[in-house]
Amino acid sequence: MTTQRTTAEITAACEEMYYDLSFAAPRRWKDASPDRKVAGYLPVFCPREVVHAAGMLPLGISGAGDWLEVIRGDAYYQSYLCHIPRSTVELALSGRLDFVDAMLFPSTCDVIRNLSGMWQMLKPGCVVRYVDVPQNYDPEIGGRFWQGELRGVAEALSPLSGIEVTDERLAASIRAYDENRAAIDAMYALRRDRPERAPTSEVYLVLRAANVLPVGEHTALVREYVAAAEATPRKSIDASRVVVVGAFCEQPPLGLIKTIERSGCFVVDDDFLLVNRWYTAPVAGASGGRGAFADLASAFVRSTTPTATMYSPKSGRGRPLIDRVRAARAEGVIFAAPSFCTPALLDQPMLSDALDAAGIPWTAFKYAENTGQFQPIREQTGTFADTMKLWEAA
Amino acid sequence: MTTAAPVRKDRAMELQKELIASYFTRLSRAPQTGAKTVATFVPGNLSELLQCFDAVPVLPEINALQSGMRKLSGNYISEAERRGHSEDVCTYVKCDLGMFDAGNVGPTGEKLPVPDLLLLSYTGCFTFMKWFELLREKLDRPSVMLHVPYQGQGKATPEMRRYIVEQLERVVIPELEKLTGVKFDVDRLREKLALSVKAEDDLVAVWESAKNRPSPIDGYFGGVYYIGPIFTAFRGTQEGCDYYSVLREETMQRVREGRGPVTPDGEMSEEKFRLVVEGPPNWTHFREFWKMFSDEGAVAVASTYTKVGGLYDRGFRHDPKDPLGTLADYCLGCYTNHSLPDRVDLISKYVEEYEADGFLINSVKSCASFSAGQLLILREVEKRTGRTGGFIESDLVDPRYFSAANIKNRIESYLQMVDQKRAAAAGAAS
Ligand code: SF4
Ligand code: SF4
Repeated sequence: MTTQRTTAEITAACEEMYYDLSFAAPRRWKDASPDRKVAGYLPVFCPREVVHAAGMLPLGISGAGDWLEVIRGDAYYQSYLCHIPRSTVELALSGRLDFVDAMLFPSTCDVIRNLSGMWQMLKPGCVVRYVDVPQNYDPEIGGRFWQGELRGVAEALSPLSGIEVTDERLAASIRAYDENRAAIDAMYALRRDRPERAPTSEVYLVLRAANVLPVGEHTALVREYVAAAEATPRKSIDASRVVVVGAFCEQPPLGLIKTIERSGCFVVDDDFLLVNRWYTAPVAGASGGRGAFADLASAFVRSTTPTATMYSPKSGRGRPLIDRVRAARAEGVIFAAPSFCTPALLDQPMLSDALDAAGIPWTAFKYAENTGQFQPIREQTGTFADTMKLWEAA
Repeated sequence: MTTAAPVRKDRAMELQKELIASYFTRLSRAPQTGAKTVATFVPGNLSELLQCFDAVPVLPEINALQSGMRKLSGNYISEAERRGHSEDVCTYVKCDLGMFDAGNVGPTGEKLPVPDLLLLSYTGCFTFMKWFELLREKLDRPSVMLHVPYQGQGKATPEMRRYIVEQLERVVIPELEKLTGVKFDVDRLREKLALSVKAEDDLVAVWESAKNRPSPIDGYFGGVYYIGPIFTAFRGTQEGCDYYSVLREETMQRVREGRGPVTPDGEMSEEKFRLVVEGPPNWTHFREFWKMFSDEGAVAVASTYTKVGGLYDRGFRHDPKDPLGTLADYCLGCYTNHSLPDRVDLISKYVEEYEADGFLINSVKSCASFSAGQLLILREVEKRTGRTGGFIESDLVDPRYFSAANIKNRIESYLQMVDQKRAAAAGAAS
């Protein structure tokens, strides 16, 4: 019988993966058999089910945080572009991603879009695929286009792994990811309902492990963490409940997440690593029996979580955020966007206007994945938390 | 490097001004004439289709660059930033929002109407999507999306084409019919597309005239005037055809006479450097920027910015036989909708075909669509062509990012490098 790990033990294991830029976990998976192949993907979205169905490991690449010195990557980017492409190029040019057989670049923004072309030139041996997600949500138009794109991804990957993406295989992969999303939803629900038991600095690390672990292992990990967190009483703290928005691509350093918490905030919802919570409903059966590719396409056009990189067909761009704030019983919103992040920063005024109109307080700051100075942010979010408490008391 | 003679205005230049002014007048009078106005973007603009509905396009990028040239953009941008827009985002967007707040007065001094519809031709730039979402929230007008997939794998596929055609048929055209009350007539579209082809042929002849020595045109600074009509409201019109026919005629006359391009100070007397330029220009100091080149005898023989509204010189022509399919092809083929390797190919070919001495990148802070990856483009084109690449940084319409002394210095040292390399090559060959 195995002994149950504590939350501290689980998050310590996750933290090791988080800091590991040698990618030991995915390398181990790959080394277990000569046929195994790995497909990396950039934020903010990847049809991981298709990668999985092709027998490959989807590897989330979220830059290199604040613990890799970026030298070569900086030589490829002007000062007025965000940080994640620099550290990603650094990872590539330093050989750390040489075990990756394919790379998928989603249509998140022009920086990631252009990085797909750079990869083609810098890594000629790697299979590179640009993944254009539909911005038309009619199942017969955008849905059909997206099915074609998904099949294109499958056709690009299958020759590498030698495994055809059949409908059966894809359906099984969809089930695996639906289970994973359900487990993550449960973890987020626990944090929302009892945030002292599942602090964001832990939840984030557990979530982040999805970047490098096979989906089944990650689902088990999340469940293990939720069980351990539920069973572990912790002292209740008087903190303000906030939603963090804008950190869907370049990730804030762990220190920054801890800083927000230490300044007196419970993060009760966020958009970190959004690929893990992309759909608002299960994918299996989404097309009403038209097959697994159709399920993925239907789910995408019908139940994608609204985010800055996806078009809002109607006005009221801030409405979904207000709904999220209310669902999470949050008192305010922290806009935390990477510097020079076009999607997040252009989105923000629409969201903040809507919050103002709804009387929901907010504060905003920018960061880079390698930000090392947290004191100003601590003061800002601390003041914000105090102000919310005062309003509540008034 | 320019003659001191007074600037003689060519007929084409006058016509161009008249056309653009007439467009702005038509736009500002739309509330009186009852014409519907549709905001859209230059890349992937559906000029001929809008004309089928008697709608007048509103082009916020053009408004922004006009504001830049009229030195108004700085205030508009500051105003938008004061209202919470980040200093890190595209200044075209902030300039446009600031212009609305300042009363939305166009370059002719007349107030421009609030567009009736926002036609989001989503081609080659992510910012477009957020820009129209922001405008929609601000102006309370509906938006309609035309999603054009990116040529990430280096080609446009039949699936991409079909996706665009389906959106045109089932989303865009019905919306335009609803807005204007005009029924779509495909034969009318065909007629307009046939006119587009004529103008496109003439424009390509003008671009290619720069293969002559001296080049009769400047394909970047002068080129932005040439693209004005075809990138705005005049593709698919007789006036557009007339303009391009006159422009072609005048250009060919210059070739016959062995004359160089017109510059801010008159005609260039000696062509000393032939350059290919990548990236948009700066608009707030346009003439000053241009003069930094023309004073040194440097002429842009080809540029990529002038292809954001279509790569006609690589063979694309609108096809009246396939009216919606050809619009899809057009949208797919705009310069910034091409992958980075394709952009490297194109610039390298320009360098070779136009016998350029070097190529220069003007990297603008605003525009990740152009700028992300340009440092790699620089290396690759240098590697492939053996020609010297230069790199300068500025912005489109934010005057705070135009450091004249710095840019001038860089251009001068770059041209010295080109000169040295040329001399070394000539020495080795003799
Ligand atoms: S941080 Fe923002 S701008 Fe940078 S790559 Fe990600 S989405 Fe694009
Ligand atoms: S980001 Fe570039 S292409 Fe897009 S609107 Fe701004 S200047 Fe134009």
